[in-house]
Amino acid sequence: MSVDAETVRRIAHLARIAVSDAEVEHLEGELNAMLAFVEQLAEVDVTNVEPMTSVTPMEMKKRADAVTDGGIPDDIVKNAPAMEDHFFVVPKVVE
Amino acid sequence: MTDLTSLTLAEAREGLRKRAFSAFELAEAHLVAMEQARALNAYVLETPEQARAMARAADARLRSGDARPLEGLPLGIKDMFATRHVRTTACSHILDNFVPTYESTVSANLWRDGAVMLGKLNNDEFAMGSSNETSFFGPVISPWRRKGANTPLVPGGSSGGSAAAVAANLCLGATGTDTGGSIRQPAALTGVVGIKPTYGRCSRWGIVAYASSLDQAGPFARDVRDAAILLRSMAGHDPKDTTCVDRPVPDFEVAIGQSIKGKKIGIAKEYRVAGMASEIDALWQQGAEWLKSAGAELIEVSLPHTKYALPAYYIVAPAEASSNLARYDGVRYGLRAPAREITAMYENTRAEGFGPEVRRRIMIGTYVLSAGYYDAYYLRAQKVRTLIRRDFEQVFAQGIDALITPTTPSAAFGIDEKGSGDPVEMYLNDVFTVTVNLAGLPGISVPAGLSAEGLPLGLQLIGRPFDEETLFALAHVIEQAAGGFSPERWW
Repeated sequence: MSVDAETVRRIAHLARIAVSDAEVEHLEGELNAMLAFVEQLAEVDVTNVEPMTSVTPMEMKKRADAVTDGGIPDDIVKNAPAMEDHFFVVPKVVE
Repeated sequence: MTDLTSLTLAEAREGLRKRAFSAFELAEAHLVAMEQARALNAYVLETPEQARAMARAADARLRSGDARPLEGLPLGIKDMFATRHVRTTACSHILDNFVPTYESTVSANLWRDGAVMLGKLNNDEFAMGSSNETSFFGPVISPWRRKGANTPLVPGGSSGGSAAAVAANLCLGATGTDTGGSIRQPAALTGVVGIKPTYGRCSRWGIVAYASSLDQAGPFARDVRDAAILLRSMAGHDPKDTTCVDRPVPDFEVAIGQSIKGKKIGIAKEYRVAGMASEIDALWQQGAEWLKSAGAELIEVSLPHTKYALPAYYIVAPAEASSNLARYDGVRYGLRAPAREITAMYENTRAEGFGPEVRRRIMIGTYVLSAGYYDAYYLRAQKVRTLIRRDFEQVFAQGIDALITPTTPSAAFGIDEKGSGDPVEMYLNDVFTVTVNLAGLPGISVPAGLSAEGLPLGLQLIGRPFDEETLFALAHVIEQAAGGFSPERWW
């Protein structure tokens, strides 16, 4: 499988990364090089093989459903690029 | 007095306890060395005030006789670890103003045990790279040079700053993270010891996430004993990371010097890759011989799915990265590129904030997870991953205690030498290390010799899950036989 310029633009939009027309051609080549590289996986017989979902075989740890942290709004917004009264400020979302 | 920066961590620990020098003097010596080595670009942030304050507190403890395991020992921290009130960037423009209000569990464990922080170490942006050339702060220059040449070389990556700093005596030890080889590969290329412990041994809490099912923290040190000392402090159960296991952390240092008589060492024929340099092959055989001379038994084994590890990695890791890095949206922290509407703000922020390698991996990850492609790529790669782990399980079921492999297919290369045309060229550096992450196993790289050009080469030992002790014992045997390697100072 390989990607064309249109697909590169669609992926970039899905990934929320702006790309210029000049970058698209370059990215198309690089992404296709990576896709060609991973293509070899198609030759592996994976019939009846379960996908790996847990790296270390272990039972999922659970904890009591209790509040263990919080009350630190100053800390939460401390690194925000734009903030007002403990709210994150963003450009207009709804017209 | 001998140069305090050339001591091993264990020697410095001894010197501090005997009061041969103070923690303050030890920190000061390192701060001077760091200042003189800025040409290497190993540190992206020096924290001298913090180092002095921590060293003074350590001296008070040492005087009153209640020294903790790492009391007064100065360390460097890879910039992937969040450090409270100390800028943490993952060496990305998108985080270059980020100052955490919390501390990663692994670094907190080091401070709990009395260690002293010297600063934050350079790495590939978001740990994506094998040469430390993708860092927003510029490449790290290896302290090593080829015999009779002054071409600047890469220290490997992604933990290139950690490896270079340990090799150049700019700290006694350092933290690293390893997703596909990012501790073991730079350790090998700079002649130091690096271990990626079993997945789940160290908490990932507070480490900038790259690929969560592969990421694991581990130490860099100048010898095997020092790595064992550091790992003991770094490891341990943490309820804040559900994948961090709740099991006791052994005193790894006890493994140093233990007999390896009767240990069964596997040599996988699939690691004899086409075009492997003859000096790498020779080193590998030499390493196996050293283990045999110490009483180990060598057994040829097969790991048939080895060649599929890198392709599987370059689906799984970018897929997880595309999800993990979705959080950098210009809203809650980090860079924001202005735009009048929110989607354009996201897109501009991420285009400006991420470097080319990170953008590429996010896009591949987005593609392989997108509707219609998930089964063909991601699901298939996770199935291949099961097969790769099964290969190792079958080998261990035959009674094999550990495997020996080269760490890298070649010695260090020059800055700008690789991967400019085809990203895959750079990825091949991790051909021997990446299987270990996919299977969640522990792997250690130990310096084993020099190339014809005078550059360090490493051997990797791969162990059973949670059997880092066997790796330390085996690596120590190789270290005893090979001797240590340190670069000649030119900086």
